[in-house]
Amino acid sequence: MESLFQFGKYMLMLKSLFVRPERKTMYWIETLRQMYQIGVDSLVIVIIISFFIGAVSAVQFAYNLSTTITPMYFVGYVVKESMILEFAPTVTALILAGKVGSNIASELGTMRLTEQIDALEIMGVNTTAYLVGPKLIAAVTMIPLLVVIAAANGIYGGMLAGMTSGYVSSTEYIQGVLSFFVPKNALIMMIKAVAFSFLIVSISCFKGYYAKGGALEIGKASTKAVVISCIAILVADYLIAWLMI
Amino acid sequence: MIELIGVSKSFGKAEVLKGISSTFEPGKVNLIIGKSGSGKTVLIKSTVGLIVPSAGQILYNGEDFISMDSEGKKRIRRELGMLFQGNALFDSKTVEENVMFPLDMFTHMSLSDKKDRVNEVLKRVNLFNANHKLPSEISGGMQKRVGIARAIVMTPKYLFCDEPNSGLDPQTSIVIDELIKELTIEYNMTTVVNTHDMNTVIANGDKILFLHQGVKHWEGNNETLFETDNKELMDFIFASQFLKEARNARLALKNK
Repeated sequence: MESLFQFGKYMLMLKSLFVRPERKTMYWIETLRQMYQIGVDSLVIVIIISFFIGAVSAVQFAYNLSTTITPMYFVGYVVKESMILEFAPTVTALILAGKVGSNIASELGTMRLTEQIDALEIMGVNTTAYLVGPKLIAAVTMIPLLVVIAAANGIYGGMLAGMTSGYVSSTEYIQGVLSFFVPKNALIMMIKAVAFSFLIVSISCFKGYYAKGGALEIGKASTKAVVISCIAILVADYLIAWLMI
Repeated sequence: MIELIGVSKSFGKAEVLKGISSTFEPGKVNLIIGKSGSGKTVLIKSTVGLIVPSAGQILYNGEDFISMDSEGKKRIRRELGMLFQGNALFDSKTVEENVMFPLDMFTHMSLSDKKDRVNEVLKRVNLFNANHKLPSEISGGMQKRVGIARAIVMTPKYLFCDEPNSGLDPQTSIVIDELIKELTIEYNMTTVVNTHDMNTVIANGDKILFLHQGVKHWEGNNETLFETDNKELMDFIFASQFLKEARNARLALKNK
């Protein structure tokens, strides 16, 4: 019953986003600030993690292929497909649920507890639209870009790891990457990226915006935001795969 | 003018406000006093619309704020300024950006006009050379001044202050009290202050509303306060030995 109540409250929060902004310039400035925080500030972690995911995938797959008669250029093909279909969107989203999600939940939770949200309400600002809207727009714009970077970087990491371990040459690897390209898979990656970014930000905003109590509750709200976002990402991942593949 | 008519509020089974009726007049500092947990904050938050009362009416110049549509509420809210207990300054914005925020959001003023207005109100609250500092880089008293500057930057008709002296030393408290009093007269605002600071009660109590366990127990001003025989109010006001002696001395002088 409580879950249903919370879901209803979450839907009402999303509904309240669709209002005319008091001043478009202010919303636009806030959106740019959020784009920087969500996108640019997450770039380094996404590059490091995607590089090693690609590298580990290449080495482990090459190790398994080394005892078979399958051509080694398949390493490039498999790394490309796994990065595009799964690792880039899902792992990037899971990382960002931890980094961006907890940051948003604690930022809004602190604003709630220090009465900054009340101060905005008193001024006549639509607080959900002003605080949640720009974050959502920034996330659905920047996270898909990060996912594309993660996919490309993971494939590159796979090539470097394959070459340095001696399992596969760069020519063979690139041949594999260029083989059997399915444009629909890239579309699925982008759909996943947009869906996951929406889930991360909306859930984290919901948990932070409605936080109550003290510092302990902000910590709890932040943890819940990350846990629920991760579960929602994995469920959405399965649903998108089931519907589109 | 603000009129409260039978304002009640319950949280579950706990009845926090029980049929409060009163009037807050313009050009006066109206105080809501009472012990912790007496319902002061719930009453002030209900009056500004942050909490929806369970029953009663809150009239702003005769218009019922509770039953208004969202546009009407927004219109009234743009005539309100509020100083929060913890100041509620936006911690990622500088002093200047904090004070300028309502102007950015609700006016079409040019940047130079906005800066002029911000400097004017910062000067009015005696805050100099702090425009580019973050709230975390200034003292508690300065933060209060920034909060007041932000509250008055749109020239409000109504000013609400939730425990404006909390966390301040006695000297700074007096300065803040004087500032609130001066601004109330200067802007002819209806000022409502929620406090349990006795200096504020004695210095600024143009009207005093005493709450006890969610009920309006006494109403008067800083003159009639000394003549009351309301036990709960006496226990609350004259809890300190210093004030007890001051009261006795005043009564003795009057009897002579």
